[in-house]
Amino acid sequence: MEFIIITLIKLGVVMAVFMTTLAYLQWVERKVIAHIQLRMGPSRVGPHGLLQPLADVLKLITKEGVVPPHVNKLYYLLAPFVAVTFALLAISVIPFGDEVEIAGYRTWLQLTDINVGVLFILAASSMGVYGIALAGWASNNKYSLLGGLRSSAQMISYELPFTLAVASPLLLVNTLSLREIVRAQEGFLFGFLPNWTIFQGPFPQIIAFVVFLIAVFAETNRIPFDLPEAETELVAGFHTEYSSMKFAAFFMAEYANMVTAASLVTILFLGGWHPPLPREWGSDFIAPLIFLGGAAICFYHGLNPARRLDRYTLPVAGLVFAGIGGVFAFPAWKDALLPVFWFCAKTGLILFLFIWVRGTLPRFRFDQLMGFAWKFLFPVAMANLLLTSLLVALT
Amino acid sequence: MSSQDTLTLPGGPDAATAGRRTMTLNMGPQHPSTHGVLRLVLELDGERVLSAKPDIGYLHTGIEKEFEAKTYQQGVTLTDRIDYLANLSNNLCYALAVEKLLGIEVPPKAVYTRVMLTELTRISSHLVWLGTHAIDLGAMSVFLYCFREREELLRIYEMFSGQRMMTSYFRIGGLALDHPRGWRRRVAKLLDELPGKIDEYEDLLTNNRIWKIRTQGIGILPVEDMLDLGITGPMLRAAGVDYDIRKAEPYSGYDLFDFRVPTRTENDVYARYQVRIEEMRESVKIARQALEGMPDGPFTADAPKVVLPEREKMKTQMEALIYHFKIVTEGFRVPEGEVYQAIESPRGELGYYLVSDGTAKPYRVHVRGPSFGNLQALPSMIQGGLVSDVIACLGSMDFVLGDTDR
Repeated sequence: MEFIIITLIKLGVVMAVFMTTLAYLQWVERKVIAHIQLRMGPSRVGPHGLLQPLADVLKLITKEGVVPPHVNKLYYLLAPFVAVTFALLAISVIPFGDEVEIAGYRTWLQLTDINVGVLFILAASSMGVYGIALAGWASNNKYSLLGGLRSSAQMISYELPFTLAVASPLLLVNTLSLREIVRAQEGFLFGFLPNWTIFQGPFPQIIAFVVFLIAVFAETNRIPFDLPEAETELVAGFHTEYSSMKFAAFFMAEYANMVTAASLVTILFLGGWHPPLPREWGSDFIAPLIFLGGAAICFYHGLNPARRLDRYTLPVAGLVFAGIGGVFAFPAWKDALLPVFWFCAKTGLILFLFIWVRGTLPRFRFDQLMGFAWKFLFPVAMANLLLTSLLVALT
Repeated sequence: MSSQDTLTLPGGPDAATAGRRTMTLNMGPQHPSTHGVLRLVLELDGERVLSAKPDIGYLHTGIEKEFEAKTYQQGVTLTDRIDYLANLSNNLCYALAVEKLLGIEVPPKAVYTRVMLTELTRISSHLVWLGTHAIDLGAMSVFLYCFREREELLRIYEMFSGQRMMTSYFRIGGLALDHPRGWRRRVAKLLDELPGKIDEYEDLLTNNRIWKIRTQGIGILPVEDMLDLGITGPMLRAAGVDYDIRKAEPYSGYDLFDFRVPTRTENDVYARYQVRIEEMRESVKIARQALEGMPDGPFTADAPKVVLPEREKMKTQMEALIYHFKIVTEGFRVPEGEVYQAIESPRGELGYYLVSDGTAKPYRVHVRGPSFGNLQALPSMIQGGLVSDVIACLGSMDFVLGDTDR
């Protein structure tokens, strides 16, 4: 009974946080891209456009869901459902932090741990392709069809380097359970270098990390690999014929995939929730210092406002930051929150990289992308895997 | 796909593709990268383009016909609307053509101002091209960086003429208005900044591996075919033909300026990109020379029958009042004859062919728009390429639909 209640609570919390993250990730992306491109980004709905995600969701829900007469209705309606379901499913095995004790109950900051967690995520992300391929086919639109074809071909080619790049760190940590993978990366080499798989002996997995990162860009259809929806070529690619919530489902699936992929990078290569510095060097103080620094910046700009509204909004943001920073002062809460902080910080950095790249790079061409996957990424990942296995076998 | 597959193109499917299942993709007239309202009928085999037919006419304005109902001076306002990204180039070409017929010479101040502003127009037009070309290939940010500088250029046009885009600043016999206050500082500041900004665009693109593989070796066309199709401007210069009307037949005092005509021999999309980037740098040089050598004096020609008299004179001198009345009510008469004036617009050879029957309105004005010639290359250029190459080729042509359909 206790188990069920705890699980339900965790489920609710994870779902709420995850959904909010998805909505606000889009806000962050729009803001960051806007500032890269000398624009303001969303600024009308709420202070600094902070209510924009809410407005978007309301708009998409209340729009009429048009089903064009020329589509294959069953698959047309099934496709966004498939895409979003598998994208959301993958988050269930991601561990956000260590085992914590809350009000006398000990629990993991993870929905469930299955001993083949990595395979589960790989399976879920591969199934997600069906959503896109089905959408492209069922839409009965030429642009959609081309988009669907592109995405199937792209995902199949990137699945291989993706999987090979996953396999090599697994050789080092010797487990498929995501929880155990992170556990195996605890500690420090030579007293200062974190024992993450990108640094771990006998063969540091930096190459696998880079290959994996590139493959992840392709898996999530982000620039420079956003061919399935290349809007200047295929109008909107596979989701040309979709509107309202059906479109939102694809949108959500894309962002959910991004978050899952970034979490996976963090877990497999960047030591999950482990801090990058030894505790003796004061890694416990980094989190509160970052928040308090953010608060100080907000207060400063609130006192010297660039816009009239900033006088009110920025001090409030500063108070929020200061409050979060203050939470770390309680030892009991600190132990539970620090792992979550490090996990979110690393995932956030990877997500920022996604956004940053989108603001910088042009798009590949379809055949070039395939060539890149098969002729470069695949051999590199393969060589890395063979070398790693050899070294692991020898030591 | 549905029964639309069997829809054949005008002219029928190619013999080589007979018996294969192909897909006809109607790209445009409303499509994100056709830059206006160009329609392309593509015959695709997978993603490979078997044939392409550009279909123009969606932006036909009838401007050429409209010229015949306007007096010569009124016609200037129509030229802005032909190529709306290089309006001052069109102003200049039309004014030069009419002045040639009239046999009047504009004073040096007007000549220098014209050169300076047309070169700025070349830069602003190339900025729009670079931005849209980059965004077509997925590099979003370059577009907004380009438009940041273009915004300042448009402000300068507004300063001179009172209008950001439809400037109508170069009139027959000189300029519409004298230089505005503070123009020198503003233009000098922009010219100082521009080379650094162009470096910024190049940082993002020139050595970018993705940009290179997307553009190198794409859109190659034999030089003979290019000449047959009437392709001019940067596209031809990227194919190694050193033809620039500013050098070949100098007009409006271009022989007084020191500049280089950039050429490339690779003849691909990347070479066109490089040529245009270098042209921007050369234009900065020309504009700077014009700015530094700007002479004093009147800004309109001494031709009382063509140029409106000064306001003060019109109110005090009988003769000036008569001229004013005549010019305003019925325009000025242009001697019978015909003339062809060509200039180097940002897109290539822009020509105005003017026939006068001796009245105050032109008998016929024909515009040789560079975009039309450049667009003609499309079918042969993209044949055998991929859909993504179509986008790259379209971007490299730098056409303006208003200039294509007149």
